Amino acid sequence: MDIYLPIAGQSVNALFMVLLGFLVGILSGMFGVGGGFLTTPLLIFYGIPPTVAVASATTQITGASVSGVYAHMRRGGVDLKMGAVMTVGGSIGSLVGAGLFKLLQATGRIDLVIGLLYVALLGGIGVLMLKDALVALGWMKVTVPEERPRHNRWVASLPLRWRFYASGLYLSPIAPLALGFLAGIMTVLLGVGGGFILVPAMIYVLGMAPRVVVGTSLVMILAVSAVTTMIHATTTHAVDIVLAGLLLVGSVSGAQIGALFAQKAKPEHLRLILAVIVLAVALRMALGLGYRPDEIFTVVPL
Amino acid sequence: MKRGLAILAPLLLLLLGGARAPILVPEISQHKVEVRQGFTGADLLLFGAILDPGGTRAAQDYDIVVVLKGPVQSIVLREKRKVAGIWVNAASSELRSAPSYFAIAASRPVREIVDDKTAAIYELGLDRLQLSPIGAIDPVRQRHFADGLVDLMQRQGLYREDDHGVTISGQVLYQARITLPSQVRTGTYTAETFAIRQGRVITSAVTRVDVSKQGFERFVANQADGNGLLYGLFAVVVSVGMGWIAGRLFALV
Repeated sequence: MDIYLPIAGQSVNALFMVLLGFLVGILSGMFGVGGGFLTTPLLIFYGIPPTVAVASATTQITGASVSGVYAHMRRGGVDLKMGAVMTVGGSIGSLVGAGLFKLLQATGRIDLVIGLLYVALLGGIGVLMLKDALVALGWMKVTVPEERPRHNRWVASLPLRWRFYASGLYLSPIAPLALGFLAGIMTVLLGVGGGFILVPAMIYVLGMAPRVVVGTSLVMILAVSAVTTMIHATTTHAVDIVLAGLLLVGSVSGAQIGALFAQKAKPEHLRLILAVIVLAVALRMALGLGYRPDEIFTVVPL
Repeated sequence: MKRGLAILAPLLLLLLGGARAPILVPEISQHKVEVRQGFTGADLLLFGAILDPGGTRAAQDYDIVVVLKGPVQSIVLREKRKVAGIWVNAASSELRSAPSYFAIAASRPVREIVDDKTAAIYELGLDRLQLSPIGAIDPVRQRHFADGLVDLMQRQGLYREDDHGVTISGQVLYQARITLPSQVRTGTYTAETFAIRQGRVITSAVTRVDVSKQGFERFVANQADGNGLLYGLFAVVVSVGMGWIAGRLFALV
């Protein structure tokens, strides 16, 4: 069934878009990632103009995370206080990101920066997560059994400590604020929710209780993606509501099913799967940098 | 007297021929293309008749070339090159008048109908587009970028060239079918028909096609462009609402 997208200015297969949303929604509910790191490239591959793909994927991320937050909230898996602190950082970050995006776009280097960032971030985080998951599952022996403190030393040294009951933490709000700020920049720059960076950072840097990590990450993604949608709607005018709607139909239901899986599965298994997905995307991006691209020439309106 | 006639006759012929060009009557199957829900592209039929100056007989030995051109746009064309093992945007060219759509159909390969100079003057052919690059660029590089653009747009179905796309029946009626894909830009398109004989453009005529969004699509596009804040809020409310409804529904299950 073909549906015409008014902003993208072309027809797409409606069923394909719903299905794409559904798959991404499952990942979203399961791992607490927005899924933008899959949606955006796939939409561009389908032939949607990149700006429209980034903007509409952002709108879709909002819906998927609302659905995910709802599901996790019922199971008490959300630290609202922590989420609020990170959201403040994230909103500021997304504004800074928007400025950076404009700057890089003008020089034509945005593709390269995005590519390198993806590879470096995803590769680094993927390896870290994979190792951790393998150790946790007992499939890999730790050769140097080092005594790791629960909190990162730098984080622990920050002043002004708050209590975050749901996360079981007593730490400075500056750390989650900075984390949100970084994720906010990612959201605009990479067209992703930043969840795949947030989730590991919340576990390894902040030392949050794993039970609340996914839900809290989704709260932050929800807020930041909503802000980013507004930025896109007022500056690039590239949010395609029809496209976002199609993706949403799939992803909101997918997120519910994903959240259900997340409650049933062992956290170690979840981390292992996410690590593999993250590494696969990183590998694909790394190869993409070196392979001859499909299109040598690209057209950008002046 | 005889000598006088001998001089006059060619002059007279020339005058008659110049004043009475063949009559070209072009028509197009639809002057309005409405882009609305379910739009998957449009097939335009460009047809018409060509008659001799008297309007009584079929014209002899004419070739017909039809060009459908979309609104032009200013673009930056970037080229990727491999630098230190990584593909990066290495060169770019700014073009002031790149057509968003360009289709050319002819009764015979354009190369056989006209010479290079004429083809360049009338933009007959995808390699003859006048793209108006900004700044001084040497011809070789300009050619390189133009070829890149044409290749890219051709594969997207936005530039088309059909050497036998025009059929002429009985040397009077001609017709050409040109396809607009669904991702065409909206705006005013011009359809120009050229009647060519012995390498010279004898006459040409222009008709216009208006491609515009209608109904819901028009409304959405207008809101997104002119009412960004409200449109953005609406998008956020829709996505939050849908997520919430899904949450409620699954809570019941």
